[in-house]
Parts: sequence; structure tokens; C-alpha cells
Amino acid sequence: MKELLSGNEALARGALEAGIEISCGYPGTPSSEILENVSKYKEIYSEWSVNEKVAMDAAAGAAYSGRRALVTTKQVGMNVMSDSLFYTAYTGAEAALVVITADDPGLFSSQNEQDNRHYAKLGKFPMLEPANSQECKDFMLEAVAMSEMFDTPVVIRTTMRTSHSKSVVELGEPAVYGRGVSPFPRNVEKYNCMCTWARQRHYILEDRLRALAAWSNTWSGNRIEWGTRAYGFIAGGILYEYVKQVFPEASLLKLGMCYPLPEKLIREFAEGVEKVIVVEELDPFIEEQVRAMGIHARGKDIFSLCGELLPEDIAASCRKAGILKGEAPAVKDYAAGLPLRSPLLCAGCPHRSTFYTLSLLGLPVAGDIGCYNLGTLPPFNAQHTMGAMGASVGVLHGMGLSGLREHAVCTIGDGTFFHSGVAPLLNMVHNKGKGTVIIMDNRTTAMTGHQDNPGIEATLSLGRVTPVDIPTLCRACGVEKVVSVNAFNLAEVRRGLEECVAYGGVSVLITRGDCVFVSRNPQPACAVDHSKCIACGKCIQSGCPSVVLSDEINPKNGKRKARIDSVTCVGCGICAQICPAHAISEPEA
Amino acid sequence: MKTVRFLITGVGGQGTILASDIIAEVGLRLGYDAKKSDILGLAVRGGSVVSHVIWGENVRAPMIDKGTADCYLSFEWLEGLRHLGYTHKNTLVFANDWRIDPVSVSSGAAVYPSVDSIRAAMREHCACLHEIPATSLAVSMGNSRVFNSVIIGGLARFAGGDPEVWRSVVTDRVPAKVREVNAQAFDKGFRYAFPA
Repeated sequence: MKELLSGNEALARGALEAGIEISCGYPGTPSSEILENVSKYKEIYSEWSVNEKVAMDAAAGAAYSGRRALVTTKQVGMNVMSDSLFYTAYTGAEAALVVITADDPGLFSSQNEQDNRHYAKLGKFPMLEPANSQECKDFMLEAVAMSEMFDTPVVIRTTMRTSHSKSVVELGEPAVYGRGVSPFPRNVEKYNCMCTWARQRHYILEDRLRALAAWSNTWSGNRIEWGTRAYGFIAGGILYEYVKQVFPEASLLKLGMCYPLPEKLIREFAEGVEKVIVVEELDPFIEEQVRAMGIHARGKDIFSLCGELLPEDIAASCRKAGILKGEAPAVKDYAAGLPLRSPLLCAGCPHRSTFYTLSLLGLPVAGDIGCYNLGTLPPFNAQHTMGAMGASVGVLHGMGLSGLREHAVCTIGDGTFFHSGVAPLLNMVHNKGKGTVIIMDNRTTAMTGHQDNPGIEATLSLGRVTPVDIPTLCRACGVEKVVSVNAFNLAEVRRGLEECVAYGGVSVLITRGDCVFVSRNPQPACAVDHSKCIACGKCIQSGCPSVVLSDEINPKNGKRKARIDSVTCVGCGICAQICPAHAISEPEA
Repeated sequence: MKTVRFLITGVGGQGTILASDIIAEVGLRLGYDAKKSDILGLAVRGGSVVSHVIWGENVRAPMIDKGTADCYLSFEWLEGLRHLGYTHKNTLVFANDWRIDPVSVSSGAAVYPSVDSIRAAMREHCACLHEIPATSLAVSMGNSRVFNSVIIGGLARFAGGDPEVWRSVVTDRVPAKVREVNAQAFDKGFRYAFPA
């Protein structure tokens, strides 16, 4: 049977057909849909782990116990995961251990544009790059087989395009691995990376990599497609499809595995063509390895190191380099100067009250990763740093150490706090830091698509569980000043924030209110009474997409009065609380 | 087998992604290879959304080059103008007569270009502009959300392939409780008398 599947859906289907039994991950674009789709298969246990490193450890423990295990992450989650991924390259496992990293060339939703292929070389494990959805599914099965054949973790690297684009997949049969759990191996020389044993395992690891490299020359995922011989292109992942489109007649070496490389196959290819050109997004990862073989290859002298490399970019770069003949088609840019359609906090978002308050108080604010980074943008302009998951709390500590004259605060969501905010909070308490941690608890991991976290009373596979209480957790961390407020009560948020700012040491303000996608409980829309509206524009400063300017003018200041879009307003009432003229009616409780 | 390239533009929440899923599925049922890719910006509601769909013998990249769309679906005027660079002289343009102000406009920080100027740009760039009041038609049917089935109905008349295939994919892909109204919306678009 054939179906149109996204790369992520196909990877999930591959997990089913490969007999994966346990899957763990942390949500993050463009990887989140993999585990969401895996969780639809009741044959496989799946969980959103608290962070990527924990997911990797859990998968390792499962694979040591004889269960086929899968871990998923977005590109920067790999940085968190790598600490644990690297020891599994030394240990191997009793059953398959597969990791998927969904990278983000073009930075559609990440803080930096890293090339995770480097991890394969650094951590010394094989890495596969599927070109389309069919290969996403097929490579899951290949990865499981390879992992068990070579006793190594295998990483599949996709990009946003492979993960999110859809193409045709021929479905196979679900597999049941069914070896079941065996007595846990008491094999310390293999599974305990004490330095004396790890030293020996390093030799085994290098031997395994050599064996893998030799084997990869005949692996079906790597192949030469001979065509015209003037130029021979080397490409992996979706770049294979792009090169086939731009140079349909040329010789092409398709690499399904970017590490280790099939040296014999590459030499055969290079000898068969006049010039070798490596086409890859981001870093010259393949190019440098090919050149290290003594083969004269071109690549990054032609193509950009930054961003995606779409077919039209490949064509443009090759025209410039004289590799592709003919004129580029003339394209007119209509987008320049048009009004932007920027992302915004949704109507009814519980974060609005905090950012409105922060914008009034003008405090220095360290931000974190999630919807609430939108507080950085107009109309709030209320947040000043953002770097990595959980970084806000550590950055706040550093600000406190620096003797700033202002009281500093940080913002962090509930999901991000559990991911990597608890340890830096402990650090602040232990080292007698100073500052206010605002935990914006909207009771979901919102930006990545509303996944669960330890503060939620349900999980992906288990149904209902007991949630962790954030105020209790903060007190247990040693924070003496913990204030909880209702995020939909502007005055309460302001009072809570002022109370925390007045407190000298480490304080935590928890602003609690459900994400509109969690409660889905819209109230009747608010409305503006134009006889009372003075057109002061304060409600517009709430940055709510439902609060807009009307065509009615206040003759006293010549400004347009406000209007509320009754279709999109969910009646949260924040604008009514902001309005100094009491012109906005709040829906009745 | 001829390659057919579609570009669909609109605002997050309008259903452009479902529409592009439907177009890709139609291609598959008509015997083509098909691929598609969506660009969602920061993936937050209310942003600009662009979807690419390609039908062909053996489709390679899941997105199209600028200046190569055969069919261009504009679900909203401003977004239709923003991505007009994907079209060429012979592109079939289907424009929903509908405007959604971004907050930059509703807050008074930017000005929405006049719809007439957008129409003029589309006519200047492409010989064939099919304008359809799909949202208004859908509202008159009592469900504003089915407007994309109206547009797909209009597209089905011009893009080729058995209309019954188009219609069945639409009804297969929407929830059962709105199947009938979507089928009616499709028919409404299919029979719509486009102004010359």
C-alpha cells in the first residue's frame, strides 16, 4: 500500500516496521511529530522525557535490557543529549539503539545553525541521511539492523525539509521484535565506562568504525548513478533529490551514510569523472573527508556555508561557477516593503499579563526558549537575552553576581523549567544569588505543539499521572520566597512581581494560567464601549491580535479608538483590566 | 507525464496545509508521483504560510523554484501578493477575495496595500487571474471554514484530472460531520462562473 507521508510520519512507521519497543524524546521543531506518530502505535511504549539527555539514558537502559530503543531530538537537543549518546558508542547494547536528530538548516525554529553531522565523527558512530520519506522509513529498518550488526548506536539525521515534506511511501508489515527482556547483563567491562575498561573499549570502537567503513562500500544506501562524466556530484540526504533535479544527466554518488564514508566507492567515482563536486548544506563535512583522501573535490568554494541549499540556490551557485550554462530566470520580488505578518502571543495567552507588566517596570529580563520569547518583540520589548533551553536562570544568576544596580528577573516556561531550569535554580540558592525567576506555567509545552511535561497530569503512553507541584518543588530547592499568582489577573501579577523584586535574594514568581490550547474554554468576547473609549492606545500595548484600531476617532486627541474582533477574542479580559477608562466590558463570570 | 507545480499561500489557521495535502493526494490518485512541503515561519497561529505541491512522473525536490508555479492559490490578498514571485506569465492564479489584516496593520504601524493594487499586480504578472469570493460563499453556506473546498472546486475545473477524483479526496480528507457541507462547497467552486 502507498501513502503520502511526511518524513517524520515515515520515521514513525519505520519504527513500527523495525520492531522498536521503547521510544523517548523531548519535543522540538522539526522533530516533534516523530514521537507523536510513534505514540499512535500501541505496540511501542513512548514518552516525552524531561530532556534529551534523560531520554538518551532511558533508551540506553532499555537497549541494555534487550529492548529495541529509539530517541528523538531536534538539532540543538543533540547538544544536551550528546553527553549520554557518547558513552553508548563505547558500550553498544544488547538490542538496537537508534537516535534521530532533525536538523534545521535555514533556522526556521532554532537559536543557531549547527551541522549535527559533526557529532558522528566526534562521538564515533554511524550516521544515516535519508533523502525522502520512503528512505526515512527504510533507513529506520537499516539503522536497527546496523545497530545490532555492529553493536553501536546509529544516528539518523534529517533536516526540516526531509522531516516536514511529504512524499510517497510503500508501507510494509509491522514487526514484533519479541525477544523480550533478558536477565540484565552483568557485563561491567562493556557497560561500565570506568576508565580502565573504557580504555579497552576505545580500541574496540576504532576497530568497529574501520569495519563499518569497509562494509559501507557495499551498503545499498550508498550508490553510484553514472551519467555524463564532466562533473561528478556527491550528495546525501535531500540534497540528492535537488542535484538530480538540477543536473538530471550528471553522474552522482548518493551517500545514504555521511559517516563513516565508503572510501573505495568514492575513489571509484572520482576516477570515473573529470571533476568532483560535493553538494551539502552548512559545513563541508563530506568535502573535507573526501579531500583528506587526496581527492581533489570542490564544494564550499561554490556553495554557501549558511542556510538551506535549495535547487534554485544550487543552480545559481553553479551558474556563477560556470558549471551550469544558461541564464537564470528573472524573478520579481514582491515581498519587499509589505506589512509583516509576525507571530504573536495568541488571543487569551496567559503570558500577556506578565510581559505587559514587565514592559511597564522596565527591568532587565533574561529570556528562555518557548512562546514567551515573543515578549522580546513589540509591543512589549520586555526581554533582552535568549540563548538555550534553561539558560535564563543561569544568566540571571550571572547578572546578580555582577552588581547591577537594577533588580534582574528571568522568564522560563513550565516545560523549559523542568527540562533544564531546576539545576540552575538550585545553583542560585546554594551560591546565594539574587534575582527573580518568573516561571510562566501555562501547563503545557506550548510552542512545540502542546506536549506533556512533569507538571501535567497525563503522559503520552500512560494516561493520567500525578503532576509535580512547581511551588513545592521550588521550596524544596531552598527558595524561601515563592509567590504564585493567577496570570489572568493583571493586578495580582503586578503585586506578585513587586513583592519578589522587593525581596533581596532568590525569589520565584509563578504566573499560572492555562494555554488557550489546553483549556479550550473560550468566554464570550470582550467589547469596547466607544462612548467611553478615549483612544489612549493602552489596550493596543497588550499585543493581543484581537484588539485592533477602529475607524472611530476621538476628536480630543485625533487618535483612533479601539475595537475588539469578536471572532478571535476568547474573553480573557486582560485588555479590560488594562483600560484606564473602563471602556472594555469583561465577559461575565 | 507533465509536471504540475502548485503554490498555496495564506494565513495560519486558514487551512492552507489541508488544502495542499488534498492537492497532493489528488495527484497521487490521478497516477502521478507527488510531493509537498509547507513553510510555517515560527509555526505560530496567524503567521504567513506557504505550501508547495508538485505532481510529475518522478518528482525530486518537494518545493518549487521561484517563477515556476503552474497554479497559484491565494487564500488572502496580502499573502497572495507577497509570494507572487513564484508565478510566471502563464500561471493560473486563483485568488480568494478576502483580506486579513496583520497586527502590524490593525495596530496602525503599517498600511495594507489596496486590494485593487494587488489585483493589478496579479494581472500584470500573470495573464490569467481567477478571482473567487470563496470566503463569502462559504459564509453564505453557514460555515466560513469550508472556503478552501470552494477554491479547490474552482481549481479542479482548470487544473485537469477527473473532477470526481478531486471531489472524493476532499470528502475523504475532512471530518465526517462536515463532509456534506464540504462537498457542497466544492460543487459551488466547481460551478462558479469566474468573471472573464
